[in-house]
Amino acid sequence: MPADFYLKRLLRAATLALACLGTVAHAAGEAVPVSDDPELEARVLALSHNLRCLVCQNESVAESRAPLAVDMRNQVREQLAAGRSEQEVVDFLVARFGDFVVFTPPFKATTALLWIGPGVLLVAGVAGLALRLRRRLNETPAPLDDAERARARALLAAGSSPEESRK
Amino acid sequence: MKAKFLVPLAIFLLLAGFLAYGLKLNPREVPSPLVGKPAPAFRVAQLQAPDASFGTEDMRGQVWLLNVWASWCVSCRQEHPLLVDLGRRGVVPVVGLNYKDAPADAMGYLAQHGNPYTTIAVDPNGAVGFDYGVYGTPETFLIDRDGVIRYKHIGPLTREKFDRVLMPMIAELSRAG
Amino acid sequence: MIAELGHFALILALVLAGVQAVVPLVGAARNRYALMAVGRPAAQAQLFFLLFAYACLTWAFITSDFSVRLAASNSHTDTPLIYKITGVWGNHEGSLLLWATSLSLWTVAVTIFSRDLPEAFMARVLGVLGAISAGFVSFTLFTSNPFTRLLPAVAEGRDLNPLLQDPGMIIHPPLLYMGYVGFSVAFAFAIAALLSGRLDAAWARWSRPWTTVAWVFLTAGIAVGSGWAYYELGWGGWWFWDPVENASFMPWLLGTALIHSLAVTEKRGAFRNWTVLLAIGAFSMSLLGTFLVRSGVLTSVLAVATDPARGLYILVLLVLVIGISLTLFAWRAPKLTGGGSFGLVSRESTLLGNNVLFAVVTGAVLLGTMYPLFLDALNLGKISVGPPYFEAVFVPLMVPVIVLMVIGPFVRWKGDDGARLLRRLAPAALVSLVLGAGLALAVGHVTWRTVLGLTLAAWVLIGSLQLLLARIAERPGAAAAARLRGIPAAWWGMWTAHLGVGVFIIGVTMVGSLESGLDVKMKEGQSAQLAGYTFTFRGVEDVERANYVAARATLEVRAGERRVATLTPEKRLYLAQQMPMTEASLDIGPFRDVYVSLGEQVEDGSWIVSLYHKPFISWIWLGCTLMGLGGIFAAADRRYRRLAERRAAAGVVQTA
Repeated sequence: MPADFYLKRLLRAATLALACLGTVAHAAGEAVPVSDDPELEARVLALSHNLRCLVCQNESVAESRAPLAVDMRNQVREQLAAGRSEQEVVDFLVARFGDFVVFTPPFKATTALLWIGPGVLLVAGVAGLALRLRRRLNETPAPLDDAERARARALLAAGSSPEESRK
Repeated sequence: MKAKFLVPLAIFLLLAGFLAYGLKLNPREVPSPLVGKPAPAFRVAQLQAPDASFGTEDMRGQVWLLNVWASWCVSCRQEHPLLVDLGRRGVVPVVGLNYKDAPADAMGYLAQHGNPYTTIAVDPNGAVGFDYGVYGTPETFLIDRDGVIRYKHIGPLTREKFDRVLMPMIAELSRAG
Repeated sequence: MIAELGHFALILALVLAGVQAVVPLVGAARNRYALMAVGRPAAQAQLFFLLFAYACLTWAFITSDFSVRLAASNSHTDTPLIYKITGVWGNHEGSLLLWATSLSLWTVAVTIFSRDLPEAFMARVLGVLGAISAGFVSFTLFTSNPFTRLLPAVAEGRDLNPLLQDPGMIIHPPLLYMGYVGFSVAFAFAIAALLSGRLDAAWARWSRPWTTVAWVFLTAGIAVGSGWAYYELGWGGWWFWDPVENASFMPWLLGTALIHSLAVTEKRGAFRNWTVLLAIGAFSMSLLGTFLVRSGVLTSVLAVATDPARGLYILVLLVLVIGISLTLFAWRAPKLTGGGSFGLVSRESTLLGNNVLFAVVTGAVLLGTMYPLFLDALNLGKISVGPPYFEAVFVPLMVPVIVLMVIGPFVRWKGDDGARLLRRLAPAALVSLVLGAGLALAVGHVTWRTVLGLTLAAWVLIGSLQLLLARIAERPGAAAAARLRGIPAAWWGMWTAHLGVGVFIIGVTMVGSLESGLDVKMKEGQSAQLAGYTFTFRGVEDVERANYVAARATLEVRAGERRVATLTPEKRLYLAQQMPMTEASLDIGPFRDVYVSLGEQVEDGSWIVSLYHKPFISWIWLGCTLMGLGGIFAAADRRYRRLAERRAAAGVVQTA
């Protein structure tokens, strides 16, 4: 049973991780994390992934090595460290660089269609589907004309596939 | 022909219309949200007189250009002759913001290419530029008498663009009030 | 000289494409066999000249003939041979030539493998393909000639973009193009059927294997591209919802819908309009993708060329091809009604539901991709639509698709008993829910995303197992081996591809929930811990290769006392373009990848190293592989090969 297998595997990985956590502090020759505050760094990284590096266009600030991206990461870090919330930092950047800087478009009049569009499409699709299915229920197949009848005979004579004959 | 079978065609033609229009747009040009807002205030040292300072309020009551440049910026060289010409003719005061540059390099650049600026403010670590949403040099801001940003141009300024867009605005803003 | 020969061959190919576009169509309209028969040799000769042109261009790259502008700007004498060859398509002009050549390959494949098609139908198919080919070859010749000379020649070339100097990039573009372009066959069949006014089950049967094969190529192309991004961009992301990625994903989504819709049209004669529309749509999405990538309308890291003049040409092409076919659709489709009736609970309705959902997802991705352009065009501001939007929209829409995917194969054609299905599948649904929640708890990451992902994965895997058992039980009495052998390849294809989706979901969910990373400063002898692994830094050495120099770090990875791997991430500097690149190093495992990339050296001489642990990430590509294999099984079903024999019999009746 595959499910059991993953479960065991995962549990083992988890216990292994826990066991190692205990030994971290005592190991000699320990490498220094780049950030003194890994928790802050994780927040910086998470937020940076949602920011667009303007000079490199389709890269996020987290991935880019452009100087502007470095500046923006530093700003984000500074402001988060100063106790501002993610939303405040985003607002700060949007005030300077515009909505273009965030990968999550804001919800406002001009983006309403963007956000509700997929929902509208879904409703329209499902409604169309329902209508179609209801009509199908009462539909009888059109009678075959002579040409179709002849072709059907030819096809039948040649034999049909196992898939079809199975039904 | 039933109308519903025309729907895909209609949607496609609408899309094609936008695509055709999209060809004319420059995807790298990002409009600044700062247009129509007060220019972020700053007070920093001057390039040629490190003891003196320059602040945005020094320009109160004047229509002026803030031009963000650097000696390492290759495309700044394209617009430089235009700026020099503007400076010589005294069309509009142009304040330079020397962005992330070494003072010696900046002075050398001006010595070689000419100095079009009335004053040059220095922004060694890009902090002022960040407040102005600068993401690529050169950038030029048009600021009115009340210190409100009226226009932002990204990339090298051309004479055509200056004459067509900026000059009429400058004339208009100078007349008003 | 060689370049001029190539140029000349390309001109001949254009002439042949024109002939192929016009003569057979006229022949089909006037019922003149002599004219119809021109299509085949024209298509084959066109392929010959395109291949010849392609070989000439490759020759210029291999011999470093820098009097050819394209070679000068995309190759270098020190470029390794393999990247000289692949450099041919690592640029706008060359990739267009590859596009045209793949189209020609597909066309000739049609003339070979579908030679039993009725003559008039074949003539129309070749005519449509010829028209598309004429459009693209002329685009190449007039706006993007790869053979343009650079006089005087430069002494040294500028080298291929280092991002593209990678094994993944050797196969990614050809696969992707074969997929993109492959939908042209289904498209041409649909248009030919609309032109002839004969849209029946036979049409669906003819185009099914072609569609499936194109879909396999596209699936493989997308998977390889995402694998490339995973290890080449240096931090292990594998999908970015970048416009260029979306451009390949939209045809895939519609192509998937098309495969399912064709199944219904073939077996039951239903949804004919819809299937035709999907065939047009899938290829239109391919063309739109080409437009988006080639015109620079939407920016992307990967966009190769950005030139409005080329954009305009391609847009005109787009409007002609799609506009004409949709007009034809609006004109002919209303006459195509009928097909067998079916109940509310039936295989047909599950497949139709699948189709509607795929169309909605495609619409949503298209909306998100194009919306910034809409706003900009209407002067309403500039926004970015990125991964958070697409994830928020894509995941909820795909959930019902996955649920239906498992139910569908259990449902009978025409009509089924809802209560029977509920009795059959309710236990699996319940077990999946419990398993999903339980596994999320076990891995210590109880978020709605993890629970949902694991539940869906369990649902697919359990459902697949149950389906297999049910299928085997269908023929009581026979020996198990005989029962297995009795199952047609098409069924195995469906089963394998669906299983692949389950495997894919496991990969996405696990890596999304459990991946971890750490940036550390490392000196020789120092080590760091991450997710149960100890990474020890063994120093950095300088490496010199033909066209780059690199600093290569060596890291030892251990799990407890056991040595797991030695990783050697590099920081390269490509000399011709002075472009720095990070080359990550991975230890790929069945249940996790360990991923290391080398950053900058800092003041005290230590190096910044990024360490990542990515559980189950290879399952993403394992899932894609299974989907692709499923497609291969389905296309190889012997029903399609037996078609030839049957057509011979039917043909006698028709022509008599």
